[in-house]
Amino acid sequence: MFEITHKEELCPTIFLMKVKAPYVARSAKPGQFFILRVYEKGERIPLTIADYDDEEITMVFQTVGLTTYLLSYKEPHDTIYDIVGPLGTPSEIHKYESGSVVLVGGGVGIAPIYPILRGFKEAKNKVITILGARNKNLLFWEDRFSKISDEVLITTDDGSYGKKGFVTDALKELIDRGEKIAQVTAIGPPIMMKNVAELTRPYRIKTIVSLNSIMVDGTGMCGVCRVEVGNETKLTCQDGPEFDGHLVNFDLLFERLRMYKSEEQLAMNFLEEKRRLLYGHKS
Amino acid sequence: MAINPKKTPMREQDPKERIKNFDEVPFGYTEEEAILEAERCLQCKIPKCIEGCPVNVDIPGFIKAIKERDFDRAIKIMKSTNSLPAITGRVCPQETQCEEKCVLGKKYEPVAIGRLERFIADWDAKRGMVIPEIKEKYDIKVAVVGAGPAGLTCAADLAKFGYDVTIFESLHAPGGVLIYGIPEFRLPKSIVHREVEYVKKLGVKIVTNVVVGRTFTLKDLFNEGYKAIFLGTGAGAPQFMNIPGENLLGILSANEYLTRINLMKAYKFPEYDTPVKKGKIVAVIGAGNVAMDAARSALRMGAERVIVVYRRTEKEMPARVEEYHHAIEEGVEFLWLTCPTRYFGDENGWVKEMEVIKNELGEPDESGRRRPVPIKGSEYRIKVDTVIVAIGTVPNPLVARTSGLKTGKHGVVLADENGRTSLEGVWAGGDIVTGAATVILAMGAGKKAAQDMDRYLKEKYIYKKEFAWASI
Repeated sequence: MFEITHKEELCPTIFLMKVKAPYVARSAKPGQFFILRVYEKGERIPLTIADYDDEEITMVFQTVGLTTYLLSYKEPHDTIYDIVGPLGTPSEIHKYESGSVVLVGGGVGIAPIYPILRGFKEAKNKVITILGARNKNLLFWEDRFSKISDEVLITTDDGSYGKKGFVTDALKELIDRGEKIAQVTAIGPPIMMKNVAELTRPYRIKTIVSLNSIMVDGTGMCGVCRVEVGNETKLTCQDGPEFDGHLVNFDLLFERLRMYKSEEQLAMNFLEEKRRLLYGHKS
Repeated sequence: MAINPKKTPMREQDPKERIKNFDEVPFGYTEEEAILEAERCLQCKIPKCIEGCPVNVDIPGFIKAIKERDFDRAIKIMKSTNSLPAITGRVCPQETQCEEKCVLGKKYEPVAIGRLERFIADWDAKRGMVIPEIKEKYDIKVAVVGAGPAGLTCAADLAKFGYDVTIFESLHAPGGVLIYGIPEFRLPKSIVHREVEYVKKLGVKIVTNVVVGRTFTLKDLFNEGYKAIFLGTGAGAPQFMNIPGENLLGILSANEYLTRINLMKAYKFPEYDTPVKKGKIVAVIGAGNVAMDAARSALRMGAERVIVVYRRTEKEMPARVEEYHHAIEEGVEFLWLTCPTRYFGDENGWVKEMEVIKNELGEPDESGRRRPVPIKGSEYRIKVDTVIVAIGTVPNPLVARTSGLKTGKHGVVLADENGRTSLEGVWAGGDIVTGAATVILAMGAGKKAAQDMDRYLKEKYIYKKEFAWASI
């Protein structure tokens, strides 16, 4: 059992929780994820580690399916049934002499960008952050990123904050103004990651993406998270989650993310019933 | 008294009924049936059956005790070598081990050793398991990685030797393949829990949700004061054929399919939150025990047709005869000498057809079995909506990758006959060393390693201490 020590609604549908998980926290490195199970009959879902210290990990998640909804109903002092991690290969972090590192976070993908940013900054890189959200309400952590980044660019789809447009527009601006970019790391919705990779491809800018495949065990056992990278089959959980964005077969990723769509919808029909079962004593 | 030429039959669920549930198929012997079967044992002076058993259970000894109705003695004999008899009694391939060597089997059916083993284990559980007294306890910490058959056996034996044992398990529940792989209808999970409880009562601590290689490295464990480590992490990484279309939706590894169903209880979805694909026409590629488990699970999940596709013939099939018969009784179809070559998907990326090629058998290959040779131009297509790939597994590379352990072909960890690896203080056994094999072989390896670890620890830490005393 893992105790929740802090909970915050960063913006509508996006929650932050800090959880006591010392084993995970002490070994965590940027780019890694963990797997949790909310309750005994719950599903195992992967979430990226948004931050960590010696005792606690921070997770940021959006309510999209049964498990994330059930998780969002938890409060401080409640416990999470299982947490296992850190999982996945950590981000490759080193000092670039050839240019700056650009970190692109879209939507809830803003959170996992943060430890990677910190890693690159600690390695003494020039770091530029691009944060994108659908609208002003869905943008979070601007202050956190501003403290560490050399520059922060913000875009919203509807123009309610920062520049109107997509993260790719901001990235294009950077490229156009002649910023020497050594690496781009993009985390966000798969379509965003694909678009970032397509944008940087003609410029041959190294582009890393973090894939959010469906997983069960997360340790290389089930094979459901397989993706094609450079025409080879790879496991997101073991070989990833970060891959060279120019080599990822995104169309296959989009398809594979839809695999359990109908079951996920069916599960949502039981949300209220499960909520009562789990949290009935509180409401 | 004339010997009954046939094994005392074990009653089973009717195939028509059992494909609608996940309940255990055979019911087990009653006391009377067990005694009747025990009476068939010839009590050979030189018992061959023991040689056939990887953990050398005193088979005639425990059978004699059953015959004399001294069940207490029978279970003591059993547990002195085998800590998990309720499991081995159910999933061991006895027909190629103890029962194959049974002298009675030369003329008649061999003694039903497996069924008797299961009987005595279940009897023991019913009356409440007796925990052996551990005479000597050492203040020496030993780590076991993986709570599967190899790890549980090794940990149980080390605890009995008196060590302070902790098992680290990556999943949220102990049992390894027993819990994620083997379905309820073949090995009820309540029985796995029961056996795990027994191991805990011997003093073994089990920490779940720890991935060695990620959460801790082997070095971390040594730094934490563990004096020896046993690796029993199994062969859990699924293999695929790497043929066109294999990443289409609806094509999954047997590991994924079985993990969803067994560990995550997807057969009870939506009571449990994890779903699994319910195919109408399911093809299972491969014909080992895992393939049989997947095929029989698919029937229970409501498939209209389940076809096992295997590149050789029935004769070379690696599955246990009993599992194969159960599958046939339940309506699983078999396509022999057939191998998939590619998959075709619909407009949504779902598999809809598989192309297969017919084989003929050529000369024997390195496995000693005749090699399947594709017949040119014999390709044809089969309509499917789900494909479960069950062509074997290889060891997970994580621990070796993060510790510098020497590995061999397919990533198996290299270890000597006692399980010693290339790193001092680290043993390995079970599927991680042999590649995918049987539960009992893994247990045998765990047992052997425990004995060698005991020797090593005594030499290095216990006797030394005594010598130190003597020199004062």
